[in-house]
Amino acid sequence: MAKFKKPSVYFVAGSLLIFLVIQGLISTGTLNDYWKGIIFWGGAITIVTLGLNLIYGFNGQFSLGQYGFYGIGAYGSAYVTYHWVRGDPAAMVVALFGSLLVIGLYAALAWGLRRFYGVTVKARFTFYLIITILGFWASVVVLVPLLGPMMWGFFAALPEAVAQPLVFFLALISGGMLAGITSFLFGLPVLELGSDYFGIATLGFTIIVKVLLDNTDTILPFPAMKGARGMLGIPRWTTWAWVFGTLFVVIVIMRNLLHSSVGRAIVSVREDERAAELVGIDVANAKILAFVLGSVFAGVAGGLRAHDITFLHPQSFHFIQSFNPLIIVVFGGLGSITGTVFTGFLWIVLLEGVLRLFLPSGYETWRFVIYPLILLMMMLLRPEGLFGTYELPFLRAAHVAKRQAIAQKPEEVPV
Amino acid sequence: MALLEVKDLCVSYGAIQALHGISFHVEEGEVVTLIGANGAGKSTTLRAISALQIVDSGSITYKGVDITGKEPSDIVKMGLIHVPEGRRIFAPLTVRENLEMGAYTRTDRRAIRESMEHVFDLFPRLKERLEQTGGTLSGGEQQMLAVGRALMSDPKLLLMDEPSMGLAPILVEEIFDIIETISKQGVTILLVEQNAHMALSVAQRAYVLETGTIGLSGPAQELAENPRVREAYLGGH
Repeated sequence: MAKFKKPSVYFVAGSLLIFLVIQGLISTGTLNDYWKGIIFWGGAITIVTLGLNLIYGFNGQFSLGQYGFYGIGAYGSAYVTYHWVRGDPAAMVVALFGSLLVIGLYAALAWGLRRFYGVTVKARFTFYLIITILGFWASVVVLVPLLGPMMWGFFAALPEAVAQPLVFFLALISGGMLAGITSFLFGLPVLELGSDYFGIATLGFTIIVKVLLDNTDTILPFPAMKGARGMLGIPRWTTWAWVFGTLFVVIVIMRNLLHSSVGRAIVSVREDERAAELVGIDVANAKILAFVLGSVFAGVAGGLRAHDITFLHPQSFHFIQSFNPLIIVVFGGLGSITGTVFTGFLWIVLLEGVLRLFLPSGYETWRFVIYPLILLMMMLLRPEGLFGTYELPFLRAAHVAKRQAIAQKPEEVPV
Repeated sequence: MALLEVKDLCVSYGAIQALHGISFHVEEGEVVTLIGANGAGKSTTLRAISALQIVDSGSITYKGVDITGKEPSDIVKMGLIHVPEGRRIFAPLTVRENLEMGAYTRTDRRAIRESMEHVFDLFPRLKERLEQTGGTLSGGEQQMLAVGRALMSDPKLLLMDEPSMGLAPILVEEIFDIIETISKQGVTILLVEQNAHMALSVAQRAYVLETGTIGLSGPAQELAENPRVREAYLGGH
């Protein structure tokens, strides 16, 4: 035990216990498909909301864009597996290797641009947009004929029990990368705006995504997404292990990021952008990093959701839905990972599970009266959210733990 | 070669031109002060140097490198640190965390610890309040924290914007004592002040800013005795 600290051990053990209990309930059939679906949905929403917590709770950028990225991840990864199970590896090659190529080009361009001062944001955006288009075009023209048969052959040689999870994993990663690339392109010019303007712009983004998803078969070249009729025939690959594993990895990534100096930079941008600049933090970088990572989480969660319900409809990614993660993150406590995880599951279990089942039939829509009332009470009685900024010991940074231990003196008002 | 050389600096806020081509320089080891009335462009000058404000024309050279148009974070890495007007400490973070944020651009943990000890020598009060959040400090303590945070980045040149603003006279004395101490330890200081009397007493040279142009300049002692300066900025006594 010398190497591992107690909170880490407790955290891993506790998580494993939760995983095994729920896995046990699923395996023995105690949880029917309905409740299984609720829990998977809760997991996906929690991951989306953790992304929002990084963007809004920790970095202070009010965003309504999460469902746009959730939708991109869902449709992106579903498109990949849809074609893969029908014997066509092209979508996988473009989504996976095309994204990797574009990210590589981004890194090269960022490195190149570092040598120049005074390149305006609009110019940067134009450069990045051009290489994005070039990258994906090149992957369609060059990589698909080159890597497609190779990849297919490789996976055909693998036993099915290995190949299928691996394909799913790569599809999830692809969805996350596509969401990340979109958020980078969108965030580059828009994050320059102040917080409120940024919020409105992200709302616009989610609306655009929904409209594009409505027209995937007409103005976009993705006939299998079937536009406003909804996409059918996605393989059902999501299991509790996938949901839990992804959630666990996301939590650990967020925790480690926030405990690093980069994390401190992200949080200090929330506290005072100007002061952060004056201590040498690259504010634009910190914002982009938080925004892209938060969107990648949303994209991966979208993939999990798509492969659970096997049917995608643009209406699920309507901008109104974007308020769900916002409500959850405020409800759980802005800047608390613990709060988001707890509230994310609570939200879905309560709204889609308990209330839907226990309200008399015909009164289900009263859910939308009950939850706003709960919200209202919450804001009046506990505006800092259920958990405030409380964290489980494992998720808490050492210096924050110390601060919480010191007697919470009443705050004097500085003169 | 001067440590900092500003040439024909022009800055405007929309249609209003705040600086009409000012030029000045700061030699290594000096304390130089910019004095002037409200709206003369003192803070704008500092903001332009630390890249918080976009420059219309002119050049800013630091350590022989043209830093006009660089990012604020790059400038901090070069050891040019701005202590802003109104302190701008991180109110929800503790004193320790604030100081650690000051060392954000540095990686050598031992050197950072030494800097922190150094800050505690200068400001023993901060050591007493180490785990208190910045927002709960008094105005004077916040100013000390702002200076302490700047020192944590191991600065070569400090830009100080109105360090005496809103402080009781005894604290003003204390802050200026600190400025002299820091200067003796080899940090070059460019000081902007409304309290011209105090500023001229610690500075070697001074520039008088008048609505975006430099009116007078010279050794601080001389300016303090200049009848025009005395009348306009020192209350005429």
